[in-house]
Amino acid sequence: MEKYSALGLLKHSLSNHENWPRLWHNPTPKKKYDIIIVGGGGHGLATAYYLAKNHGITNVAVLEKGWLGGGNTARNTTIVRSNYLWDESARLYEHALKLWEGLSQDLNYNVMFSQRGVYHLCHTLQDIRDNERLVSANRLNGIDNEMIDAEQLQREIPLLDCSRNTRFPVLGASVQRRAGNARHDAVAWGYARAAAALGVDLIQQCEVVDMVIENGAITGVKTRQHGVIKADRVGCVAAGNSGVLAKMAGFELPVESHPLQALVSEPIKPVLDTVVMSNHVHGYMSQSDKGDLVIGAGIDSWVGYGQRGSYSIIEHTIQAIVEMFPAVSRVRMNRQWGGIVDTCPDACPIITATPVRNLFFNCGWGTGGFKATPGSGHVFAETLALGKAAPLAEPFSMFRFHSGALIDEHGAAAVAH
Amino acid sequence: MSQTNRLSSGGLIDRRKPLSFQYNGKQYQGYEGDTLASALLANGVDIIGRSFKYSRPRGIVAAGAEEPNAVMQIGASEATQIPNVRATQQALYEGLVSSATNGWPNVDFDVMSYVGKIGGKMMPPGFYYKTFMWPQTMWPTYEKYIRKAAGLGRSSTMKDPDQYDTLNHHCDVMIVGAGPTGLAAARAAAATGARVIIADEQEMFGGSLLSSRELINGKPAIDWVRTVVDELSANPDVVMLPRSTVNGYHDHNFVTIHERRADHIGDRAPVGMTRQRMHRVRAHWVVLATGAQERPLVFAHNDVPGVMLASAVTTYIERFGVVPGNELVLMTSNDDAYLTALSWASTGRKVVAVVDSRAKADGDLVKQVIDKGIRVIFGSAVYDVDGGTRVKAARISGLTADGKKLTGKSETLSCDTIASSGGWSPVVHLSCHTGSRPVWDDNIIGFVPGETQQKQLIAGGIRGHYDLLDCLTEGMNCGYVAAERSGYGPVGKRPEYKVARIRRSPAMPLFLVPHLKPISQAPKQFVDLQNDVTSAGIELATREGFESIEHVKRYTAMGFGTDQGKLGNINGMAITAQVLGKSIAETGTTVFRPNYTPITFGAIAGRNCGELFDAKRYSAMQPWHEENGALFEDVGQWKRPWYFPKSGETMQQSLNREVLAVRNSVGILDASTLGKIDIQGKDAREFLARVYTNAWAKLGVGKCRYGLMCKEDGMVFDDGVTSCLAENHFLMTTTTGGAARVLEWLELYHQTEWPELEVYMTSVTDHWATMTISGPNSRKLLAQLTDDIDLDKDTFKFMDWRPGTVAGVPARVFRISFTGELSYEINVSANHGLQVWKKLMEVGKQYDITPYGTETMHVLRAEKGFIIVGQDTDSTLTPYDLGMGWAVAPTKPFSFIGKRGMAREDAVKPNRKQLVGLMAKKPDVVIPEGSQAVANPNQPIPMTMLGHITSSYYSATLGRSIAMGLIRGGLDRMGETVYYPQADGSVIEAEICSPVFYDPKGDRQNV
Ligand SMILES: Cc1cc2nc3c(=O)[nH]c(=O)nc-3n(C[C@H](O)[C@H](O)[C@H](O)COP(=O)(O)OP(=O)(O)OC[C@H]3O[C@@H](n4cnc5c(N)ncnc54)[C@H](O)[C@@H]3O)c2cc1C
Repeated sequence: MEKYSALGLLKHSLSNHENWPRLWHNPTPKKKYDIIIVGGGGHGLATAYYLAKNHGITNVAVLEKGWLGGGNTARNTTIVRSNYLWDESARLYEHALKLWEGLSQDLNYNVMFSQRGVYHLCHTLQDIRDNERLVSANRLNGIDNEMIDAEQLQREIPLLDCSRNTRFPVLGASVQRRAGNARHDAVAWGYARAAAALGVDLIQQCEVVDMVIENGAITGVKTRQHGVIKADRVGCVAAGNSGVLAKMAGFELPVESHPLQALVSEPIKPVLDTVVMSNHVHGYMSQSDKGDLVIGAGIDSWVGYGQRGSYSIIEHTIQAIVEMFPAVSRVRMNRQWGGIVDTCPDACPIITATPVRNLFFNCGWGTGGFKATPGSGHVFAETLALGKAAPLAEPFSMFRFHSGALIDEHGAAAVAH
Repeated sequence: MSQTNRLSSGGLIDRRKPLSFQYNGKQYQGYEGDTLASALLANGVDIIGRSFKYSRPRGIVAAGAEEPNAVMQIGASEATQIPNVRATQQALYEGLVSSATNGWPNVDFDVMSYVGKIGGKMMPPGFYYKTFMWPQTMWPTYEKYIRKAAGLGRSSTMKDPDQYDTLNHHCDVMIVGAGPTGLAAARAAAATGARVIIADEQEMFGGSLLSSRELINGKPAIDWVRTVVDELSANPDVVMLPRSTVNGYHDHNFVTIHERRADHIGDRAPVGMTRQRMHRVRAHWVVLATGAQERPLVFAHNDVPGVMLASAVTTYIERFGVVPGNELVLMTSNDDAYLTALSWASTGRKVVAVVDSRAKADGDLVKQVIDKGIRVIFGSAVYDVDGGTRVKAARISGLTADGKKLTGKSETLSCDTIASSGGWSPVVHLSCHTGSRPVWDDNIIGFVPGETQQKQLIAGGIRGHYDLLDCLTEGMNCGYVAAERSGYGPVGKRPEYKVARIRRSPAMPLFLVPHLKPISQAPKQFVDLQNDVTSAGIELATREGFESIEHVKRYTAMGFGTDQGKLGNINGMAITAQVLGKSIAETGTTVFRPNYTPITFGAIAGRNCGELFDAKRYSAMQPWHEENGALFEDVGQWKRPWYFPKSGETMQQSLNREVLAVRNSVGILDASTLGKIDIQGKDAREFLARVYTNAWAKLGVGKCRYGLMCKEDGMVFDDGVTSCLAENHFLMTTTTGGAARVLEWLELYHQTEWPELEVYMTSVTDHWATMTISGPNSRKLLAQLTDDIDLDKDTFKFMDWRPGTVAGVPARVFRISFTGELSYEINVSANHGLQVWKKLMEVGKQYDITPYGTETMHVLRAEKGFIIVGQDTDSTLTPYDLGMGWAVAPTKPFSFIGKRGMAREDAVKPNRKQLVGLMAKKPDVVIPEGSQAVANPNQPIPMTMLGHITSSYYSATLGRSIAMGLIRGGLDRMGETVYYPQADGSVIEAEICSPVFYDPKGDRQNV
């Protein structure tokens, strides 16, 4: 893998950039792999990378039905934070956040991880209680998070209306200063490049349409474009399509697939250099390096696979944004889009062995899995390498829904992203 | 400066109405009917912006929504700033203030352009992914500078003074676009009596006809437009929306339209008028008559000011009477662009040459141009441009028949304007919003709409049919078909359209004009002007493995601008296909999504901001609360009195006073906000038994019972008291915030799981005003206000209710208690609420009756260990975890919601978090709510947490602090000590105890 650097850019500019190598190739699939990963999103690509890097397993293929990173990875609003309430999830997301902190260097690809802070606004006394609880739990888990009052908040975010004139005046906020944003595409591409360099086959335009299961164990997958490809182990990381894959394997997952939308304004000069989320008025916003205001909407309440959502959700979200940031009322919305998120009853992911031997699933990240990308890949790689749940993944087994050991993350600080 | 480029006659502007306006601090003049762009061109302004990445000077290219460069800041005051307005779509008005959005110190001399020139070579697509990585700690600094360069215009910093609105419509036929096709369709549909809406983004209806010299039925096309507009205006079933962009097309023929009502008048709407509004239309049939946009050709230095779209040049001449230069070179691959040469020549200015990529062409327009003696150079192309801030010359050369290589000698043609045309791209955007993918059509050299699930018809330019007669006929037919399918007709006599056909010779598919050098070495050939995406950038992307068109888009940022690639995307796709050696059909398009053009946030938000963001709900007693100095707490949509401070009191002093009043005499609480659901039907009781965890079979008329509700997972979700009003009639109360949620939940179960049960549920929350009088003197007080309710403690017992009269009005009185004191909840019709409340206050004076708010209520109930769902619970707790196993009846004949969930192995483990009381070792320390408990305060981080404080107060009754909280296995750990480490490093020690701090036997409520 050619190392990227400013010097390299200079060198290549002298040859008119004609000699840049490919980030990945389009290999013809082999007959058999040690491990097949279904789904070439950020999580799948990260899994492949860590399998090769940490576990020395390089006879690996990532099968992607469309283009690499084209699912939710390409559609999310890139909020990265680790201030989750429960020990199990806090550990997992903090593991991810630590990986984020050195990711550009590790991949030699600038994923533009910016620790610009993420604020959770409190509009009610119960919001305050919930955030106090969260902050307290985070502190004792060694995760940074702090409460600030409305006055300090106003000083830190001039654009935000912290006056008493709003329908639900802001009473304060919790802020995780190590949290922030990253460039979503770069994450997928950086992992893809690094995985490909270690020998992983990235196979695009390759849709898995069935699972080959013999005597209760998976032996391969059937693809639309390349027939059956065999593997010792298969890991599915297909976000909104996980339920479809589980069905192929003959079991059901406790996930529902819903459309989730986001939208951006036209690019404007910088007005907001952090991430602000309000669960109560229901909207969140950051500003990208290009100048777009990046705004999140809620999920459509019905299930579906069409990657677009309802206008009413957009309306409500923009009402919330104008309520929080009245000065942007005259700014214009450029574009909206949607992805399909796989939501779990307890708003926590599933990283799990399944009723089918050698078949593993990593899904259920719902509206908030981008932030987990490195951690998810890291832990799932370990799971696939071991053939059983990695320690950090253990609490996230799909069987928790049978036993009742739920990790309910919408209970307390029910902020979705 | 005078309007050097303005013609003395012609066009649809009104020369009697001059308008002055400001651009970059200078005053200019234009005319009514101008756009900001046409006025700037009239004044000879060449540079109107700087490009995003390389800061190159840019001029106006187009005349409509596809304009990538002329993106302006508008607004005369801080509060009315509007960023990123396309000058081509902004009507000129008197006093308009505008400026360019990029360029420092100004657009004519921009320091950044030197950075762009020198550093440009080091800034290929994706360069930032490859650098700024070392040292790791520097990224925030690098990013600060990257961000400084970001963005086009700027947001206002003040609250928007304008108002916006939303309208809903249903119609039979929704017509998008009011060019010839759309107008013909509207006319046809309207003639059948169908309800029609027709919208167009431009200032006036007419579309391409506004700049056309063609004749319809022997008269100028504009006359026909006027006739049709008049005809439609006279029809009450037709809604005409000019200045209205159909920005989104959603499933089930739901269309959103952004109407700009006042943007042509000023930067702020006149008083009493909304600035913009959204129309939300549900249409039976939609006719897309959105036409086509011209595609420029891509060649080296095609971004120099003076390089324009051919059709835009025609529009400026014909519609605005503006010739945007003196000497024109026209570069085309088709016949249509010859119109531009004819228009230009008609102004008396010079057409240097028409450079046609085709070996030959002999269509009508070509002949006319040749007949005029204009030089036409076939088989050639403009491959490069001389000039920096304005075109100085076009470099042309021979071109091979396939358009892939230059041949022969090159020649330099002096000129100041280059108009280019690569043919037309149908405006398929809306047709794609609902998921349909466009398909490539070799015949028209463009994408046309693909199959759709919607009730949608397409006509005219959007299908690649550009002949005027075809457009009129197709539009008319679609209008009739849409109306007929909506149930109108039969169609009578159809109008006849007579238009002379123009014979056109075949166009040539040409996108990128080759250069003498290969793509990677040629000067920049711009594909997307707003984002500085070049053909070399696209080639580099594919070289690096970004081969999917979506990857190309994302890697190069092609189409990411505010024009969303209207001008450049198809060229980009064609170039991608070319460098990959694939066909355009194989490469395909990226996904077109809403919005078609950007729309104001305020317009989408409509009226639902500020006060109206969410309905504010008040009880009937609100005026009294306000008069008496209550502070309010937001609970759901409700404003609830929080506490009633007297002057000079601290919050704690008020709470103490209110608490002691209840414990010692009588207090009064406005409890109207609790959710109330009236449940009737012969299966009402059975229904209750299924949704609550406890038993309901035996609850007699006149009795009340407390119940817990769980979700399927067995976790508590709401609680409240339900009373039996009559055998098949119950009144359920819910938490204030949970009322709507609970009703939805009950309906969900009734409608989907148990439709066989006969039960009817109605929200009656705000039918009633509820006042709780609580305290040892409450009975005495009530006795003075009722004479038909027997208040005897043995006949009207705790957990009974009675109908009767209170303060002279019909009432339901419930003897239930959330304070542990003798209490009555008096319910009267909401209209009587204030009157009865006042009466209670008046009569209660002798007992020093004290109004109290939610905060005091919280203290009082915590003293008794009563839970508040949502505060002491968080959807991870079973009734058993709350020590409320007594409220579960596992042996009920039919199951109940949550029974199985709460029986799961992990839900019954002994070491679960359980709700207990906690007493700080120091009685004056109130443990902060949310604090997490640990067993060993010296454990290094991460510490093992046992649970958190859910409720914590100073109790005036007990003269010390009290708290409720969760502790792992807490119910079996009474008396043990736990520790609460605080943010400031201190640790609070507390003892686990029963959560019932006061009157554990419950004697006081039973007196
Ligand atoms: C609008 C929106 C906003 C969001 N905002 C945030 C946020 O701010 N912060 C955050 O942390 N998270 C956010 N998320 C969630 C986040 O995007 C996802 O949780 C995360 O990206 C999931 O990553 P993934 O790699 O598992 O999924 P994906 O990127 O969706 O990858 C799954 C891949 O599997 C492929 N696939 C599916 N079926 C098959 C098959 N049969 N064969 C082969 N391949 C298949 C798909 O094509 C896809 O590429 C948001 C999501 C959306 C939609």
